[in-house]
Amino acid sequence: MPSDRRVTIMSMEKDSRKKFFFTGEQKDIPSIRKKREGGKIAATLEEAFRLAEVRDGMTISFHHHLRDGDLVVNMALDVLAKMGIRDLVLAPSALFPVHEDILRHVRSGVVRSIEGSVNGPVGRAASEGLFSSPVILRSHGGRARAMQSGELHVDIAVIGAPAADAMGNLSGISGPSACGSLGYAFTDAQYADRVIAVTDNLVSYPAVPFSIPQTLVDWVVPVERIGIPEKIVSGTLRVTRDPLRLIIARQVAKIVEESGLFLDGFSMQAGAGGISLAASAFIREKMKAAGIRGSFISGGITGQSVEMLEEGLFSSLLDVQSFDLEAVASLASNRNHAEMSASFYANTASKGCSVDMLDVAVLGATQVDLDFNVNVNTESDGILLHGVGGHMDTAAGAAMTVIVTPLFRGRMPMVVDRVLTVTTPGHTVDVVVTERGVAVNPQRKDLLENLRGKGIPLVEIGDLKKMAEELTGVPAAPLFGEKVIGIVEYRDGTIIDTIRQRI
Amino acid sequence: MMERRLRRTSLYIPGTNPGMLANASVYGADSIILDLEDGVPVSEKDAARILVRNALRAIRYRGVEITVRVNALCTPFGKDDFEEIIPLAPDAIRLPKCESPEDVRQADALMSELESRNEIQPGTVQIIAITESASGGTKLSEIAAASPRIAALNYGAEDYTADIGAVRTKEGHELDDIRAKVIVAARIAGVQALDSVFGDVNDMDGLYAEAFRVRQLGFDGKSVIHPRQISVVHSAFTPSEKEIGFAERVMKAFHEAASRGAGVIALDGRMIDAPVVARAQKIIALAEAAGCLLIEG
Repeated sequence: MPSDRRVTIMSMEKDSRKKFFFTGEQKDIPSIRKKREGGKIAATLEEAFRLAEVRDGMTISFHHHLRDGDLVVNMALDVLAKMGIRDLVLAPSALFPVHEDILRHVRSGVVRSIEGSVNGPVGRAASEGLFSSPVILRSHGGRARAMQSGELHVDIAVIGAPAADAMGNLSGISGPSACGSLGYAFTDAQYADRVIAVTDNLVSYPAVPFSIPQTLVDWVVPVERIGIPEKIVSGTLRVTRDPLRLIIARQVAKIVEESGLFLDGFSMQAGAGGISLAASAFIREKMKAAGIRGSFISGGITGQSVEMLEEGLFSSLLDVQSFDLEAVASLASNRNHAEMSASFYANTASKGCSVDMLDVAVLGATQVDLDFNVNVNTESDGILLHGVGGHMDTAAGAAMTVIVTPLFRGRMPMVVDRVLTVTTPGHTVDVVVTERGVAVNPQRKDLLENLRGKGIPLVEIGDLKKMAEELTGVPAAPLFGEKVIGIVEYRDGTIIDTIRQRI
Repeated sequence: MMERRLRRTSLYIPGTNPGMLANASVYGADSIILDLEDGVPVSEKDAARILVRNALRAIRYRGVEITVRVNALCTPFGKDDFEEIIPLAPDAIRLPKCESPEDVRQADALMSELESRNEIQPGTVQIIAITESASGGTKLSEIAAASPRIAALNYGAEDYTADIGAVRTKEGHELDDIRAKVIVAARIAGVQALDSVFGDVNDMDGLYAEAFRVRQLGFDGKSVIHPRQISVVHSAFTPSEKEIGFAERVMKAFHEAASRGAGVIALDGRMIDAPVVARAQKIIALAEAAGCLLIEG
């Protein structure tokens, strides 16, 4: 029986046929070429930039896991300057005092603007009006969201990798510049057009266990040093011995205990600053006394967090940044100590971030106001000195956000009518703890109920301000010009505040 | 007159340290000693006086007793101290080198004059006497009775030990005699007995042991030189559950007898007299201060 099937033969040009039918000729598969020619190794950073086709005006990103011991940012900018590249947009996840060198490149025109974060000298320069366009300040989660949505389009990501193999598998847990988690670098690797890894520890293929897979990395550049070890990770961070800070820390632990959240499965995140570390220590004691087993500690992981994991007080650690050698060692060896990316941590556009699972967050502040808004970017003199970090993210997600601050620093009150910069909005802030009293956000009637009658010195936020001013007087307001030098972006990409030039 | 105020801890604050002066009431001590005397070098005496005076003017200390350790009137600095400080009416002054009732009377008279001149009710500012010599140690009863301003007796361990030619030791037996004398004299006069400092700020166990021991001897409190010593001394001065339980029962029997108009208080078939009631009241006060009996508020 003749078939009804008809075969339509398309007329094809000779060349196009090559795309459909296997012709037996070897296709030019870059990865095979690279493997044959020794992986993705570029002899120098300059060569890698050339291969990446770097151009004026591009956006270059960096992570900050090497903290104040980082050599990568300065190294990269020096190379780019030498190559004659100009008008770059820098997109670091954070900056440290070591990056003061950026200013030289700003003045010479190599760097046009910064998106993401500033610190110390760079922030001060911004406040003085050095940059022609405003610095964009984003939280860790906000940066990830912006890169995911394309609002922050990174042309080239430069990733300092404490360990790397020739094909670009990257890890942070070994090598002379070991930094532990590479949490912030995940986003860069995932969304940047081109990814250059810089390492001082080339290991044989494959670099298991790896954090960032080779599938995301274009080139690997071996260098002498990517960081200064003693400035990357400290020895074990010490709990403060300052009596005032200990008073605040003890109060925090008491508040956590009475909050109604202090049950099995409890989770928390605290900073690595003096008060936060001490508060964690007191919470640790209370957990032991109450026989509570927590679910996780998240955020920046310290040796103390590791000890609590090993003591069985918590089931796991979610690590976006490892602060000390103990944390690095634990990440390398303990299966319950997990590395998480910035997206996992705090990105509202991800399919779920860890801050939303948090019970308690203990965070710092440069100022707090009567509406419980928190400033972490500018100091009382209005100078931009700090990036956002994970502050607004963590505060938004945690069931109870506790802000710790001395009532005054030097002669400046920390509780004011209105913060100079709103970083974290008041409706996400629940408790403010000072050495002289504790203020609970009136919208949290449930917390007020739980905390009353427990010997906690509860006061109105207005009373805290009055107490501070009794001692310090009311300071003169800093003077600002018209020029906007910084834009603070909220987690969702909207503008929550602007920072003007200090005059 | 029974001195009732709680003075479990008295924290020395050097008069030259503005940060500590500002935060004096935050550390949790019952009483604060703003120091113009031995904690201040001779070259800084005037600066400390001004700083402490300004602190008393500007700072509203909450929830603590404010005392100032002035320089003794027999020193070049004493009179100026009195003249700057008394007008600001601290709760008490701590009077060092109190070796005779005359020392007390002299201070009392000057204080009354300064109080009147500054429209303060004479007798407002109390005196905590610090005795530092062998001779003073034999006159404690007279010192305690020398003025109604006397709220407590204290002794200076270093100077006293030097004066009697003893060696200062960790165990502190060289102080057994002066401690006993201070307690007896204080009880007779109805004022408090306060013990001296424990110098090793890193030895919390040693501090606790000493504080516990002096509490057992009958002292009402102890001086401390570092905020971290405060909670340790407070725990030593926290009565045990057994003590609190017994004290509560004594007070219950006391109130019950009073309401019945009975002159004799009985508990467990035994007679309870005034000193026992007084001690029970003290224990309740200590327990409250330590938060053992939390009153909803």
